[in-house]
Parts: sequence; C-alpha cells; structure tokens
Amino acid sequence: MATNKERLLDVQNLETQFRTEEGILRAVDRVSFHLNKGETLGIVGESGCGKSITAKSLMNLVPQPRGKIVGGKIMYYGRSEPMDIASYHHNSSEMRTIRGNEISMIFQEPMTSLNPVFTVGNQLMEAVMLHQKVGKREAKQRAIEMLAKVGISTPEKRIDRFPHEFSGGMRQRAMIAMALSCNPHLLIADEPTTALDVTVEAQILNLMLDLQDEMGMAIIMITHDLGVIAGIATRVVVMYAGWVVEMATTEDIFYSPKHPYTKALLQSIPKIGNRERLLSIPGTVPDLNNLERGWCYFAPRCPHAMDICRQKEPPLIDDNGGHAVKCWLWDKEFVGQQNDEHPAEEQAKTAEEQTH
Amino acid sequence: MSDKRILEVRNLKKYFPIQKGVFRRVVGHVRAVDGIDFYIKEGECVGLVGESGCGKTTAGRSLIRLLDPTEGEVLFTPHDKTVDMAALDKQGLKQMRQDMQYVFQDPFASLNPRMTVGRIVSEPMKIQEIGTHKERMLRAGELLEKVGLSASQMGRFPHEFSGGQRQRIGIARSLSLNPRFVICDEPVSALDVSVQAQVLNLLKDLQDEFDLTYLFVAHDLSVVEHISDRIMVMYLGRIVEIAGASELYETPKHPYTEALLKAIPIADPKLGRRRIALEGSVPDPANPPEGCNFNTRCAYATDRCHKEDPSLQPVKGSEERMAACHYVNELELTGFLVRE
Ligand SMILES: Nc1ncnc2c1ncn2[C@@H]1O[C@H](COP(=O)(O)OP(=O)(O)OP(=O)(O)O)[C@@H](O)[C@H]1O
Ligand SMILES: Nc1ncnc2c1ncn2[C@@H]1O[C@H](COP(=O)(O)OP(=O)(O)OP(=O)(O)O)[C@@H](O)[C@H]1O
Ligand code: SF4
Ligand code: SF4
Ligand SMILES: [Mg+2]
Ligand SMILES: [Mg+2]
Repeated sequence: MATNKERLLDVQNLETQFRTEEGILRAVDRVSFHLNKGETLGIVGESGCGKSITAKSLMNLVPQPRGKIVGGKIMYYGRSEPMDIASYHHNSSEMRTIRGNEISMIFQEPMTSLNPVFTVGNQLMEAVMLHQKVGKREAKQRAIEMLAKVGISTPEKRIDRFPHEFSGGMRQRAMIAMALSCNPHLLIADEPTTALDVTVEAQILNLMLDLQDEMGMAIIMITHDLGVIAGIATRVVVMYAGWVVEMATTEDIFYSPKHPYTKALLQSIPKIGNRERLLSIPGTVPDLNNLERGWCYFAPRCPHAMDICRQKEPPLIDDNGGHAVKCWLWDKEFVGQQNDEHPAEEQAKTAEEQTH
Repeated sequence: MSDKRILEVRNLKKYFPIQKGVFRRVVGHVRAVDGIDFYIKEGECVGLVGESGCGKTTAGRSLIRLLDPTEGEVLFTPHDKTVDMAALDKQGLKQMRQDMQYVFQDPFASLNPRMTVGRIVSEPMKIQEIGTHKERMLRAGELLEKVGLSASQMGRFPHEFSGGQRQRIGIARSLSLNPRFVICDEPVSALDVSVQAQVLNLLKDLQDEFDLTYLFVAHDLSVVEHISDRIMVMYLGRIVEIAGASELYETPKHPYTEALLKAIPIADPKLGRRRIALEGSVPDPANPPEGCNFNTRCAYATDRCHKEDPSLQPVKGSEERMAACHYVNELELTGFLVRE
C-alpha cells in the first residue's frame, strides 16, 4: 500500500448535492477513493451516475448556485502542506492557483469550454502565458507545438482559426492541448475521447501515456468506455447513481469483478468475433432527484436482488487488499446469517452461471 | 436473406459548394461523397464505418433524398418495381418514403420537444394521410409496445424519457409506415453500453420480425461487427473496402481497414496498453490528395500511389469482396483476431 508520502489525493466521504425544483439531488453520495502520484485512476459508470460532478468537485467547480459540496474531504498533497480542497471557497485565490496550474481538467463539453469569439491560438497562448510566464512569441511557438502533438495538421495555419471552424474532434484536441500546456500534477480528463474516432482516440490516449511517462502527472480518466479504461488505468472506480459501487485494480475489475453492476457492464459490451445476443441490463439508472436512501439503488436491475437489498443500504466492503464492493452479497455477516436458508454467495454463483 | 438486391447504388456523389465573399462565389467543393457503388440484399444488414467526416451521414441522407445527390443512381426495389430515388420528384419521393426510413444519429435533437410521443410516432402516417387520427394513435401505441415502451406513455414529451428510450421512440417512428429498408445513422452512439445492448438487441429482433433491411452507420467497429452481415469501410468520400463481417476483421484487404482494426479499444487490460495509432488525420475533403486518397497516412504507399487513383476492385479468390488499393492481392495485412 502506498504511504501518505506518495499520495496526491485522498477523497473521503465526499457529498455533492444539487437543489432542484423537486428537492435534493445527491449527485455524489459519500464517495471515497485515493490517488497516488503519477497513477492513473479510471472512473466508469453510465450517464448521470455522478462522474462529472465528482470531477468538478475535485476542482471545486461544482455548478453554482444550485450545487454544493455538503460533506467530506478532498485532501490534496501536491503542496508542502496538505490541504482540503473541499474546505476552500470555489473562488478563493488558493483554488484559482491550483486550477489550471496544478490540477487541470479537460471538460466533457469542448464547445462550452472554448470561447467562440477568440481564435483557438489566442486561447491556447493565453493559457500558456498565464501559467508559464513566457512571452508572446514563445507562447505561440508552444501553442503550435501542442496542437501538432495532439494530431492537428498544419497547426501554424490552424492556430488562427475560430473554434467553430474546427471539427468536434479538433476542438477536443485543442482542449487537450490547453490542459496539458501547463504541466499539471493531476490531469482530470472527463470523457476526453468520447466524441472522437478510434484512430484519433488511440493517438490521444497514447499521447497522454507519453506525457505521463515524461512529466509524471497523475491522471483521473473519466469514461463510460471500458475499453478505454482497460488501456490506460491502473485502478478503477465504478460508480452507480452517485455511489462508488466497486473499486479495485484494473486487473481485478476486468478479471474478477465482484459487483453485479460491474459484471453486467462487462457483459453488455459487444466483442468482436462473438455475434451472440448481447446481455443487456434491464431498465435504466434511477432518477436521482429526491431519491430516498436506505436501499440498494441497483436492486430494480439486479439479477441477484434479495429482500435486504430493498430494505437496507449495502455497506462498502473492503477486503483490505484494496478491492472494495458495495453489495450485500459480499457482506460476511449477512451471508453468514443467511447461510442455512439462502446462502447468498451460492445464490450469486448460480445466478452468475445462468447469465453466462 | 434473399439474393434480391433491394438497393443498388451507382456512382453516387454529393458535393457541397464552398462559397466565399459577398457574392457567395463558389470557390470549390467539399467532396463529401465522391462516387460510391454498392448494393444491399433484401433482409441484409450492411454496416458502414469510417472516421468522422468521411461521408457516412451524407451518403445515408443522399440515399433517402434528405439531401439531393450531385450525381449517380440509387436504384431501390422495395417490392417488384425498381425506382431511381435520385431521380424522383417530390410526389414520387413521398411515396417511396413509406418503404425507406431513416433513424437519426442524435436521440436528443431528433425528436420535436413540443410534440407528445404519440404524435411523434404517428407523424409519418399523418404526412402520408394514412388512417384516421384514432387509428394512427392506436398504431403508435402498438409500435411503442414493440420497442419496449408502453402505450400509456403516449401523452408524454421527449424530455421525460432517457436517451435509450428516446432512441426507441425514434425507431418506433421509423417503423410506423412498415418500411422495407431502414437507414440507421449511429443509432446507439449516444447511448450507455447497457442501453446500447438493449437497442441493438431490439434492432435485431425487429429485423427478424419484419424482415427488414438495414444500412447501419456507425463509427464503433465492435458494434458494427456485432450487427452486420457485410461491412463497408469509407474513407474521404469513397468506399475503400467491402467484405463479410468476419472476413473483414480476420483478413482485412485495405491498409485503412487494418489501421482501424488496430485502433479498436478492447476491454481487456492484458491486451496491451498502447493501441497502434494511425498517424495524422483525415485530409480536407475539399482538397483530397492526388492518387490514392489514403496515401498521406498509408504505411504501404509507393510512388504509384501518389499518381494513380485505385478503383474499388474485386479481391482475388472471393466473389463479394472488394478493396480500393493497388496492392490488394499482394499485401499481407493483419486482422483483428490475429493480434495478441
Ligand atoms: N447543474 C445541475 N443541476 C442539477 N442537477 C445536475 C446538474 N449537473 C448535474 N446534475 C445531476 O447530477 C447527476 C450526476 O451528473 P454527472 O454530470 O456527474 O453525470 P455523469 O456521470 O458525468 O454522466 P455523463 O456520462 O452523462 O456525463 C445527474 O443526475 C445530473 O442530472
Ligand atoms: N451541409 C454541408 N455543407 C458543407 N459541408 C458539409 C455539409 N454536410 C457535411 N459536410 C462535410 O462533408 C463531409 C462529410 O460529412 P458527414 O457528416 O457525411 O460525415 P460522417 O461520416 O457522417 O461523420 P460523423 O462520423 O462525424 O457523423 C465533412 O467534411 C463535412 O464537413
Ligand atoms: S446489494 Fe443486492 S441489489 Fe444491490 S447489487 Fe448487491 S445483490 Fe444486487
Ligand atoms: S493504393 Fe497505395 S496508398 Fe492507397 S491504400 Fe493501397 S498501398 Fe496505400
Ligand atoms: Mg459526465
Ligand atoms: Mg454522421
């Protein structure tokens, strides 16, 4: 296990909520995970499960005025003194120096994060000058280099174009160029390649791996694509409806997943060479608006759901080796009680055989 | 699947004019679709893949005349009679649209937010003046049930549905006229994997039930392989390879196909962290390179490739396979399954 010295981030019981017309929406619900320096952590889960809001919380950029971090800590160890990001005002000078400098983020919506009235080059140069204290000429040179690095051809011409003159893929590449231009400790990438072709995606992910080797930054890679996670992450957090439902090394997530949701996700991906009917997860993610606590949110879609799943929130069970799962099937005490009548693990096994 | 060709496309082109200045002078053309030939057999699902901007949507829209082709023929034989979609007038088109339908790429943008789901699904019937209002609503209800929604949800609005449900509504709408042929433009690209699986299974079931023919446009090669009988690979407005789905993945015959296969992300951490990336990006379709249009990125390009434009030619020893490369019968390309 890593010591605190190598730690970059320790997220403890993070809770981020929105006030909505209907009441309270717990977008991030008691989320805990850690990140070591230079490591790549993947966050996966379906649309609306809280990936982006988790990321924005880490940057202290929760959408205002309705969103708020209401609990937990985000311990950041990138400076001489540890600091709790969650305890700072989003607009404090500390946060402003950390953002874009030490922690940098690539947002999911490239169009909203590029200003339409300035050229791509201007925005890139601005970012470079702000964080690296270089002159205009050198900033321009760096901007051109970065654009070339992210696979934009004839960057010296393209640098004078406006965002709307770029294709969606090019805009996202420009964003990546911008985020990487300041050599951050931590790069949070929110679906950076989702809108891109596999060919360009491969280029960008390779680029991120190269830069990581070169500069040693840690990466949090947010995606719904397990293929991307498999290729880049060393550890994986699986989210569902605002919860972390499973957390383990990438190998464990793919070869010995524990949570029924993780298993179902893995089984629903089409695999080349296998044209059998896909296993789909019935139903959809629950509406988080005013969702009452006190049960397992996956129960309506879970093939193993038991009575207790509808009556009590499952605990997060850690095997002390870093593999954590939030599911009653893995609760030793509960399974022990059930042993005579319904051996839960047995039940899980048979159910699993049925789905295979 | 029968041997009847429900669709035969010949030399289809769609050029968009590039205009400049106050007089909007035409200074060039984006050759979005630059002369493509293919056929689709009745009951078949043919996949169309390629990078963003290679012309997939333009091709699909030109087939059904959401765009007017610049040149070429689109011979469509839904029943016994063959018509050239490209040459039809408005009235003729309206009639043919009963047999050819289109499912849009974006389930969020393609449904009118102010219409109830019942109206959205029954709209094509209304345009075709089929049945009474009551009959149309009844049919809309049936269709919603068919795609796994409930007839009782007909009075709701699109924003009350999830992405997967909205895509189902789009599919229900496209089926309302009992079409023979459906063009699905990235029907699952915007969806989560679990929901994507639901919609893919649904499309397959509907195909079996109604004996539908699909053109399935997508950029996700695993999805395409899963659903298609044959696959066409497009690059810069051209079709560069046509092959049976498993053939294409096992023994690609065009360098571009090989490159695409190498870039596929696989959900297996043992299979290497680094995917082999195709260098560079797609050239501007307004200025395609001389000779073979893949020569700027091709690992096998020779002098000849910079001068001569290869045509889509049959692959030796195979009846249906085609590839547009001078060295189609010489290159030893690596397939997907061979990769360790
Ligand atoms: N500004 C906002 N106001 C109210 N609710 C919000 C806001 N932004 C997000 N939410 C809600 O918070 C929850 C988590 O959203 P988030 O954007 O983190 O999802 P995600 O996992 O990133 O999904 P996706 O894969 O679609 O990007 C969702 O239920 C969403 O509706
Ligand atoms: N109305 C238009 N006017 C001018 N150019 C256009 C128009 N529509 C498309 N194009 C251009 O034609 C080319 C093909 O675009 P098309 O949308 O068909 O690609 P695609 O393969 O569907 O891409 P994607 O995977 O991004 O959907 C692109 O270069 C595009 O910029
Ligand atoms: S707690 Fe129950 S419902 Fe939830 S995932 Fe585990 S078995 Fe399924
Ligand atoms: S013709 Fe030449 S450039 Fe084109 S694909 Fe074949 S080898 Fe490559
Ligand atoms: Mg998101
Ligand atoms: Mg398209």
